[in-house]
Amino acid sequence: MTTLLMIGTRKGLFLARSDDRLSWSLDGPHFGMNAVYAAAIDPRPAASGGSTRLLAGADSEHWGPSVFRSDDFGASWQETEGGAIRFPVDTGEALVRTWQLRPAGADQPGLVWAGVEPGALFRSEDGGETFSLVEGLWNHRHRERWMPGGGGLCLHTVMPHATDPDRMLVGVSAAGVYRTDDGGKSWEASNTGIDAWRAPDQHPEFGQCVHKFDGQRDRPDQLFLQNHGGVYRSDDFGATWSAIGESLPADFGFPVAAHPHRPGTAYVYPLVKDEHRMPPEDRCRIYRTTDAGESWEPLAEGLPQQRAYVSVLRDALCTDDADPAGVYFGTRSGEVFASADEGASWASIVRHLPDVLVVRAAELP
Amino acid sequence: MTPADAAVRLRVPASLRIYTGGSSAVDVDLTDLGDEPTVRGLLDHLAVIHPDLERRIRDEQRRLRRHVNLFLGNDNVRDLSEQDTPLTEGVEVAVLPAVSGG
Repeated sequence: MTTLLMIGTRKGLFLARSDDRLSWSLDGPHFGMNAVYAAAIDPRPAASGGSTRLLAGADSEHWGPSVFRSDDFGASWQETEGGAIRFPVDTGEALVRTWQLRPAGADQPGLVWAGVEPGALFRSEDGGETFSLVEGLWNHRHRERWMPGGGGLCLHTVMPHATDPDRMLVGVSAAGVYRTDDGGKSWEASNTGIDAWRAPDQHPEFGQCVHKFDGQRDRPDQLFLQNHGGVYRSDDFGATWSAIGESLPADFGFPVAAHPHRPGTAYVYPLVKDEHRMPPEDRCRIYRTTDAGESWEPLAEGLPQQRAYVSVLRDALCTDDADPAGVYFGTRSGEVFASADEGASWASIVRHLPDVLVVRAAELP
Repeated sequence: MTPADAAVRLRVPASLRIYTGGSSAVDVDLTDLGDEPTVRGLLDHLAVIHPDLERRIRDEQRRLRRHVNLFLGNDNVRDLSEQDTPLTEGVEVAVLPAVSGG
């Protein structure tokens, strides 16, 4: 079985492949000098006799953003004439960047979601070739009061419910979590329990600087969330959130990834604090919980443990779907680490890349 | 080589020539740009004949992208009348990426 790892960087996309998740080959860059913030591996076409589809959002500083797709594992890429994601003229807005490309569940073939800047959600029903604006969120009464985070007003997370296609969450920095129960027609803020960092009101309806959240299919209502300050869990698909970061060395950070098929298990990468975005003790450590946040253990074997000023961006941590699961993260200093044993041990699989913005992994059929 | 008398020429940088079949220039007949030819008319016409090239120059609101410059001779059209800058027969409009990035 071959594992494919997509590595989006500030200056292009790289593709790593391995048959044993220990030794890796690398090709790229694809879209050289384009920042690749969004990447996705969509296996659904392969299940119906087609090819696994790769999707990438590539942003040229000069020539603007675009979404590309490949049905031959990156040998060739196609884009949609006129652009796949375009804001309607009457919005007065233009696409700045695609932050997230998210294929829906296996029971909704062809459906792909895109989270973009300025904060908006787009929907594709043709596998990512064309998208339309989700008007229900765009017209939300809060939207004009959303404030951009340091990365821009980005809709960075799209989380369809694993078993109910009408339910979905999105994350916007720095507006927080929004939830729909009717397939995207109507939306409500869903930040109950999440602190608003440095805000006069610590618990507003919206305005939280949520960095990332993730869940998994076997316990679809359980989610893990990394806030600007604070790590949280929800057991009711985002209706309420509870802090679970007390036993971490720091609860500031950007990425969080849920185990693909082991409920209660998740991974984070703590940084000291907002004003000191380095790992605690200058040691590169992923932290894992296996009891839904009651406790956390550092995972350090194979990772640099001295003078390691390494940070990890919100989408630069992921798992694959294998058993045992592979776990991957890329650093702002251009190195990618992989674990084939659920985080117990790690190896550097590529160095000297541009800043890593996103990683996504899957076993290929 | 200059454009034909009744045409304007869009000069295309190397990084965008994948959208012109490798050509470094696109010649457009002035009669295709209406009674009062402008940069906007040229780009609107480009959106018809080379849509993937046009959207690298303008966003979906048809605004010039921030880091793209169009030069009419030695003048940046941002210093003239931007997209309302008039065009006359035989002129060249050069697409130049701004000096930016890291």
